[in-house]
Amino acid sequence: MEWEVVIGLETHTQLQTKTKIFSGASTAFGAEPNTQACEVSIALPGVLPVLNREAVNCAIKFGLAINAEIAPRSVFARKNYFYPDLPKGYQISQFELPVVGKGAVTIQVPAVGKNAAYEKVINITRAHLEEDAGKSVHGAVEGMSGIDLNRAGTPLLEIVTEPDMRSAAEAVAYAKKLHELVQWIGICDGNMQEGSFRCDVNVSVRPKGQKEFGTRREIKNLNSFKFMTQAIEYETRWQIETLEDGGTIQQATVLFNPDTGETRAMRSKEEANDYRYFPDPDLLPLEVTEADKARVKAQMPELPEAMKARFESEYGLTSYDAATLTASREVADYFMSTVEAGAEAKPAANWIMGVLSAKLNAEEKTIAQSPVSAVQLTSLLKRIADNTISNNAAKQVFEALWNNDGEVDAIIATKGLKQESDSGAIEAIIDEVLKANPAMVEEFKAGKEKAFNALVGQAMKASKGKANPAQVNEILKKKLS
Amino acid sequence: MINSSLKQFSQMLAKKEISSVELTQVFLNRIDSLNPNINAYIALDHAKTLAQAKAADARIAAGNVAPLTGIPIAQKDIFCAKGWQTTCGSKMLANFIAPYDAHVITQFDNVGAVNLGKTNMDEFAMGSSNETSYFGSVKNPWDFDRVPGGSSGGSAAAVAARLCAAATGTDTGGSIRQPASLCGFTGLKPTYGVVSRYGMIAFASSLDQAGPMAKSAEDCALMMNVMAGFDERDSTSLNREKEDYTRDLNKPLAGLKIGLPKEYFAEGLDASVGKVVMDAIAEYKKLGATIVDISLPNTGLSIPVYYVLAPAEASSNLSRYDGVRYGHRAAEYTDLNDMYSKTRAEGFGAEVKRRILIGTYVLSAGYYDAYYLKAQQIRRLIAQDFVEAFKQCDVIMGPAAPSTAFKAGEKVDDPVAMYLQDIYTISTNLAGLPGMSVPAGFSNGLPVGLQIIGNYFDEARMLNVAHQYQQVTDWHVQMPEGLA
Repeated sequence: MEWEVVIGLETHTQLQTKTKIFSGASTAFGAEPNTQACEVSIALPGVLPVLNREAVNCAIKFGLAINAEIAPRSVFARKNYFYPDLPKGYQISQFELPVVGKGAVTIQVPAVGKNAAYEKVINITRAHLEEDAGKSVHGAVEGMSGIDLNRAGTPLLEIVTEPDMRSAAEAVAYAKKLHELVQWIGICDGNMQEGSFRCDVNVSVRPKGQKEFGTRREIKNLNSFKFMTQAIEYETRWQIETLEDGGTIQQATVLFNPDTGETRAMRSKEEANDYRYFPDPDLLPLEVTEADKARVKAQMPELPEAMKARFESEYGLTSYDAATLTASREVADYFMSTVEAGAEAKPAANWIMGVLSAKLNAEEKTIAQSPVSAVQLTSLLKRIADNTISNNAAKQVFEALWNNDGEVDAIIATKGLKQESDSGAIEAIIDEVLKANPAMVEEFKAGKEKAFNALVGQAMKASKGKANPAQVNEILKKKLS
Repeated sequence: MINSSLKQFSQMLAKKEISSVELTQVFLNRIDSLNPNINAYIALDHAKTLAQAKAADARIAAGNVAPLTGIPIAQKDIFCAKGWQTTCGSKMLANFIAPYDAHVITQFDNVGAVNLGKTNMDEFAMGSSNETSYFGSVKNPWDFDRVPGGSSGGSAAAVAARLCAAATGTDTGGSIRQPASLCGFTGLKPTYGVVSRYGMIAFASSLDQAGPMAKSAEDCALMMNVMAGFDERDSTSLNREKEDYTRDLNKPLAGLKIGLPKEYFAEGLDASVGKVVMDAIAEYKKLGATIVDISLPNTGLSIPVYYVLAPAEASSNLSRYDGVRYGHRAAEYTDLNDMYSKTRAEGFGAEVKRRILIGTYVLSAGYYDAYYLKAQQIRRLIAQDFVEAFKQCDVIMGPAAPSTAFKAGEKVDDPVAMYLQDIYTISTNLAGLPGMSVPAGFSNGLPVGLQIIGNYFDEARMLNVAHQYQQVTDWHVQMPEGLA
């Protein structure tokens, strides 16, 4: 039987506010345990929450970015359960009325094997504001468990999709797209190691063509794209094998173990908590007015979709190139800087996606960490455009820039990379080459096109790579005709 | 002297007839001699109290005087006060020293009032007789065999026995007004949102409201001037302009329309209490008021609605008492769940457990719609009753409690009978309206309170209505024999 996997994601993004969602305590990561836990974070008797409006602005930004309905009135609710790192015994979240309603994001699923790349729209069900819990610390004191409440009350936006994804590749493409988007609009630092961006993945399988969904299991807390792929692939295989062996799937929460590459059930549905949600009487309903939305909209950067369309129409880039350049805010900013500094868009795009990207990958750097600035790259591109250097020489200049060996013109001068564009000098070189390679000339005249390229190569070699290749081609063609 | 009004105390201090330290010492001496029997206070710290009095004297000497500067006030043990044991009447917090001040405490500190100590209360403010306190019951100063009412029973006994100049209380379903009625003094529950709840240990967040407990309406007005005001740390605190609650005290009452809800004089009201209330109404007629018969048809639903909503909120509010970070923790346990259950089984008393169970039940999946949501709907109907009533009258009057103080132990095994104590007060909490209890006479030697309910933010008018009555009656200045 052919099976189809159905996937939906719930993503917790930590919002980049200076202070916590319901108190004035700092949200900075990595401080000594409990040094960023004020009386509200500790949940002392008598304390009350006060909503941090900055967190709301982050939610509005996200809603605008995915074209979602933003609720004029939403409600904070208490999710009640006992856990040592949950100081109040309830988490303040949103339940029936979330701040962000239905929206959508478009993902680019990369080509795999013989399957071509494609675009797909993933529908967002909702996104709601809530507070993070603290952390249990085991082993800091022998035989004891500690509680660190620094993280308690950090604002989260939980983003929930429809079960729209049909492969691990789609799920990861969505997660990556979301990961870039929340950084693009500046609401989340995207740091997955520190837990700023965590995904829960709901997976079910069904016979291809069946309408009803299968029973789902939820893989909790995936904090890398690699683990997400492994976890979904394992879970899908496991569910299919279980069903093919005549078994049934029980609704459950599962954990992925990166060491074994397997998923394992944490608790079944029967043991699931009844969270006894009810509206938090300590907080008023959250109102978002048209004016609030307008104010936030005015602070929003150009969104990736809009920028992509602009790159295509304004600079004549292909859809693929425009998508690549707008895959992250940093790359887009870099590209825009080169264009603003006077580079031609197409060669700039090619260099960024080609030479620069390869080098960054090789040295595991992000574009923001690139030793070659957008301005330097632009100078380099200008020297290619005005025929001062050849493309090959430009690569040497790029290497030198990367190694911080000075500015473009100085490097060209020091390394003697200036291209020979004097047609008299080039003619002289070509005459020498024709004289030294009569066999090749004969081959060409006998109809072997390849011989022409070999002669160009000889001429370039004789000029030590400095001859302008276009001129070499032109003169050689004339001489041989 | 102990019978003086706040204004008189203030004048004595201003004229240097007495220092704050001396005045405070007078009350501390009374407390030392009477409290072991009455049990109104559960935390006393004479050194800390006298240090505050000394600071107040310095302030008075420097001419930096506010109306309550140097005046000794009793604080209900529901308010966190930095460095003070703050227990909320529970074993759960018996070892808890608050590291911060509630807004109300800060407000009193800012004017240089003196904190005499923390007063006894029903555990987590759940009770109408002060018998659920972990620190023992409180005696009604009018009859030591009887209860002072609750939950603010310690503050009530302290005011009635003149163990303080005035006190603070909180009122979730009647916890200021019912004890004020049973102990014969003036108590006011303000409009919800007028006094910040920050630092006030939560029972039922949407109903809890702090207010003054004092001898007279004028004293309550002066207390309100300190307690009320916007606080950005409480999202339900209302951002209104600061008002002077004494401003209307002396307005004549001619033309005042008093609504008498027929439901407040129906079955369940002790006849002698009803008579005292009607005598008070007659007095108001003499002052120029007219009487309008009104109806609050959903009154009968107020207790069932309250006993769904208040426990629901309480069950969640009290979840933080888990033994992890502060407060009581069981000495021995096998694992995390065992620690939770033993800690909470040991730390909470029976009434608190009952309400946590009710609250957990009504919020549970499958029951939420039938109980919690339905109760919220009826709550709106109850509030609507008052909106209609206030179209016909300026204030509503009736009894504050259905009977006078009952005997200790009489209702402890009958929670429903205990809950009915708040039949006339609970509706105003559900509607968020202000309510008062004013001494109106006696029945068999026990005080009876007249309840005055006002429209939203009508505290100044209610205080005016009460004050004018207190100008022509002397019920409010009477005090228990043998305690003078």
